[in-house]
Amino acid sequence: MTTTEQSYAMSPQLADTVKKYQQTSAFVGLVFLALTISGYFFVGAQQFLRAYLVGCFFWFGAGIGCLGLLMVHLVTGGAWGMMIRRPLEAGTKTLYVMWLAFLPLLLMAPKLYLWADPAHAADKIVQAKALYLNMPFFWLRWVIYGAVWLGLTTLLNKWSKLEDETKSTDYSKKLEALSAPGIVAFFLTITFASVDFLMSLDPTWASTIYGFMQAVGAGLTALALIIAVLAMMTKYAPMDHAVTKKHLHDLGKLMFAFVMLWAYLNFSQLLIIWSGNLPQEITWYIRRLNGGWEWVSLSLLLLHFALPFALLLSQSLKRNANTISRIAIFIVCIRVVDLIWLVEPNFTSVDHPLLAISWLDLTAPIGFGGLWLALFFRALPERPLLPLGAPDLQKALNHGRDH
Amino acid sequence: MSSHSTLDVHPLYGIMAEFATAGELVAAARKTHEAGFRKFDAYTPVPLHELDDAMDLHDNRVSLFTLIGAILGGSGGFTLASWISAKALPLNIGGRPLISIPMFIPVTFECTILIAGLTAAISMIMLNGLPLPYHPVFNVERFGAASKSKFFLCIETDDPKFDHAATVKFLESLNPEEVAEVAR
Repeated sequence: MTTTEQSYAMSPQLADTVKKYQQTSAFVGLVFLALTISGYFFVGAQQFLRAYLVGCFFWFGAGIGCLGLLMVHLVTGGAWGMMIRRPLEAGTKTLYVMWLAFLPLLLMAPKLYLWADPAHAADKIVQAKALYLNMPFFWLRWVIYGAVWLGLTTLLNKWSKLEDETKSTDYSKKLEALSAPGIVAFFLTITFASVDFLMSLDPTWASTIYGFMQAVGAGLTALALIIAVLAMMTKYAPMDHAVTKKHLHDLGKLMFAFVMLWAYLNFSQLLIIWSGNLPQEITWYIRRLNGGWEWVSLSLLLLHFALPFALLLSQSLKRNANTISRIAIFIVCIRVVDLIWLVEPNFTSVDHPLLAISWLDLTAPIGFGGLWLALFFRALPERPLLPLGAPDLQKALNHGRDH
Repeated sequence: MSSHSTLDVHPLYGIMAEFATAGELVAAARKTHEAGFRKFDAYTPVPLHELDDAMDLHDNRVSLFTLIGAILGGSGGFTLASWISAKALPLNIGGRPLISIPMFIPVTFECTILIAGLTAAISMIMLNGLPLPYHPVFNVERFGAASKSKFFLCIETDDPKFDHAATVKFLESLNPEEVAEVAR
């Protein structure tokens, strides 16, 4: 049986595999980011920025989702979180780069955001919202987000390392004490950030559930990615005997809950706007339910909700590392479609909506994905794969074994 | 019941062993199944999911009934809402179609949950053979502890492998706190 006496360092075979993944991701990331940047010159600045926003915000979501899940685990405990705590911590470390990745959007904001474009400065709606939607405040908010996200990431990782080294519960308590207000800060910042970077693409439209939708979407992306990584690691020592079917089952159930929550929030927004049918609100859906976009909306309903829902109902699919990891990777892919669906239709005419996406909408998420995974797989081997200093580690290891 | 305590006087329901911890009971249940016993049951003060695996229980009929209930409930709810709005009392509400799908989803959802929940509860109760006014295990005086602090395992006489002396010996080999005979 497993004991906490083990070091839970990566076995050489796993380290090799991770290294291979890291190099492949870095290569793919560089090639596709270069392709994306070439789009700035070949396709045009605005289309480049639209695709850049899709890729950047999606993978930022993967990082911030890891931070949110990590803090929820540190506050609530539970065996599911113990198994993925190290991958989550490695995921948060991508935020340093992902936060900086917003810079081009800020620098070229007038080319992407209508409210930042001097040509629209006289528009009534832009003037009415100028108190919030103005460039200096936009920059200031970005700095505040960075302070919160990177501050939390730095402290949580630092104390987690000290918890391992000293085995002192003082640090476990500190982690818990920081995570509780951290979760509040997480929801506030991600709400404002998604209003700033995504919702303000259409300054005439507003939805109060939008920020929470993005938080849940980010959590789902992060959880699906981490489940895929954990399932991969169960094939190698030391995780092959640390992770039980029960752990995978619990994580699968959590992913199931996230899939349902995503659908619930999206549907709530649709139901309210459908019922009201007000001119200033319904345009958002008119753009997404006409001109070809209705097929994207339908595929989101079927592939982002119905299919994962039906598959994740099954207990045996959740308990098998191969099947749960395939479902998780599929969810990551369909999450990208959701992001494209949130960004691109804002730029189509409301009178004649037309489904038009650029090849850049695919190269940007792949490019950022390569970058994100390279950073992630670089950070993952730095620490033991299980939190050795966590007070409940032994209990978590025994989860799903009878003795 | 009379006060006779010899083996062959009262008809026997089974032999019961008492354990102090959940872990011991799960281990004992696993060994009992491995030893070839099939008609035995475990009694615990708290639900123990590990027992399903230890006793090799694979009866998933409750899930199946719940799924059927959910599908019937969902389609029933949607049909009800559509019938009312399009057939029984057609109303033009702000120019929306008579079958205005988003508006029917809450009803569909609630009916799915309601019927699935009822099916789950009722099928669970019925498949458990409840209500059951009499059960022999209560003839063992110490069995009351099964709802408080102790864990019990009872091998029934119906088991094809049941042999009085050998079963008592087997149960004693599992290190129980006590082994008792259960009158029918």
